[in-house]
Amino acid sequence: MEKEMKKSEWPLWEVFIRSKAGLDHKHAGSLHAADEQMAIENARDVYTRRMEGVSIWVVESKYIHASDPGEADSLYDPANDKIYRHPTFYNLPDEVKYM
Amino acid sequence: MESNSQSPIPKSLLLDYTLRLADDALIIGHRLSEWCGHGPILEQDIALTNTSLDHLGRARSLYQYAAEQFNALPAEKKKDVFTSVALQQVLNTETNVDEDDLAYLRDGWDFRNVLLVEQPNNDWAYTIARAFFYDAFNYFFFTELVKGKDETLSAIAEKSLKEVTYHLRWSSEWVVRLGDGTDESHQRMQKAINELWSYTGELFTANETDKAAHQGGIGVDVNSLLQPWTECVRNVFAEANITMPQTVWMQQGGKEGRHSEHLGYILAELQFMQRAYPGMEW
Repeated sequence: MEKEMKKSEWPLWEVFIRSKAGLDHKHAGSLHAADEQMAIENARDVYTRRMEGVSIWVVESKYIHASDPGEADSLYDPANDKIYRHPTFYNLPDEVKYM
Repeated sequence: MESNSQSPIPKSLLLDYTLRLADDALIIGHRLSEWCGHGPILEQDIALTNTSLDHLGRARSLYQYAAEQFNALPAEKKKDVFTSVALQQVLNTETNVDEDDLAYLRDGWDFRNVLLVEQPNNDWAYTIARAFFYDAFNYFFFTELVKGKDETLSAIAEKSLKEVTYHLRWSSEWVVRLGDGTDESHQRMQKAINELWSYTGELFTANETDKAAHQGGIGVDVNSLLQPWTECVRNVFAEANITMPQTVWMQQGGKEGRHSEHLGYILAELQFMQRAYPGMEW
């Protein structure tokens, strides 16, 4: 543990909650905590008070690598005119239900 | 839990016992709620408030059950149970009381909580030490109470045990975090442990109510909890580099209604609204 632990120095954690068995963990938000144990407990207290979850993941925010919003044009726009990538050109027979 | 008696449990005993547990829960719940908005960091503020609500929820269940026992007493007996004037006044016009009457209209001497839970928050370490001692006790206490003969108390114990298991985990980790943290946090943790130590003895000292409840198979033999509690405390202290305090004179009195000065201040704040505006709802 750090020698000087002020609240401003507690690292930031990203919280992922699984709402029920079988579903994915979804990003719920972030919080401050001194260590991973405390991060899970804080997440439990902050994000699952209303029965929102059955499982928690936490990861220190500094370990998340994010794409640069400035590169959004080159990263995402090229997909814009590739409409054939959507499976919307098929005629489904009536016998196939629940699609 | 053993039972030596086949006779039904007297209502007055069940009332005494239930009310004591309710008072413990209400007072610790109130103490922790005092941190609301003052926690060292937002997340811990919420953690303490959650814990406080667990205790208050348990207090409600127990007060409701206590009120049931009280209301079942013969009319001439009801007047003798409490000496608090405000509650006597209710009994002048009503035959029954409810959970709110028990929480808000009894004075300090009618409260039966242990002295530990009324001790002030002081600083974070002090709050943690008090929580840790009490949570560890609760853990072993409710583990036993689940096995008791009284179905309602057993059901409340079962629900509480889940909550208390988390409380104990939370407070144990904080003892370690502070005890094994910086020089200052260690010093403060050790000081808080030393100063609150003399309030731990009362938890394991059985008074007449404890003994009768245990005899009747509805209550816990608190003496027998000292050994597992001490072991639990010793293990956490070892990890936290905290020195076990010397055996000292242990404070007693809460279970008999003899309280430290702090309870009066708690009740003044806790009961003000109902005393100033009787019967108000919001």
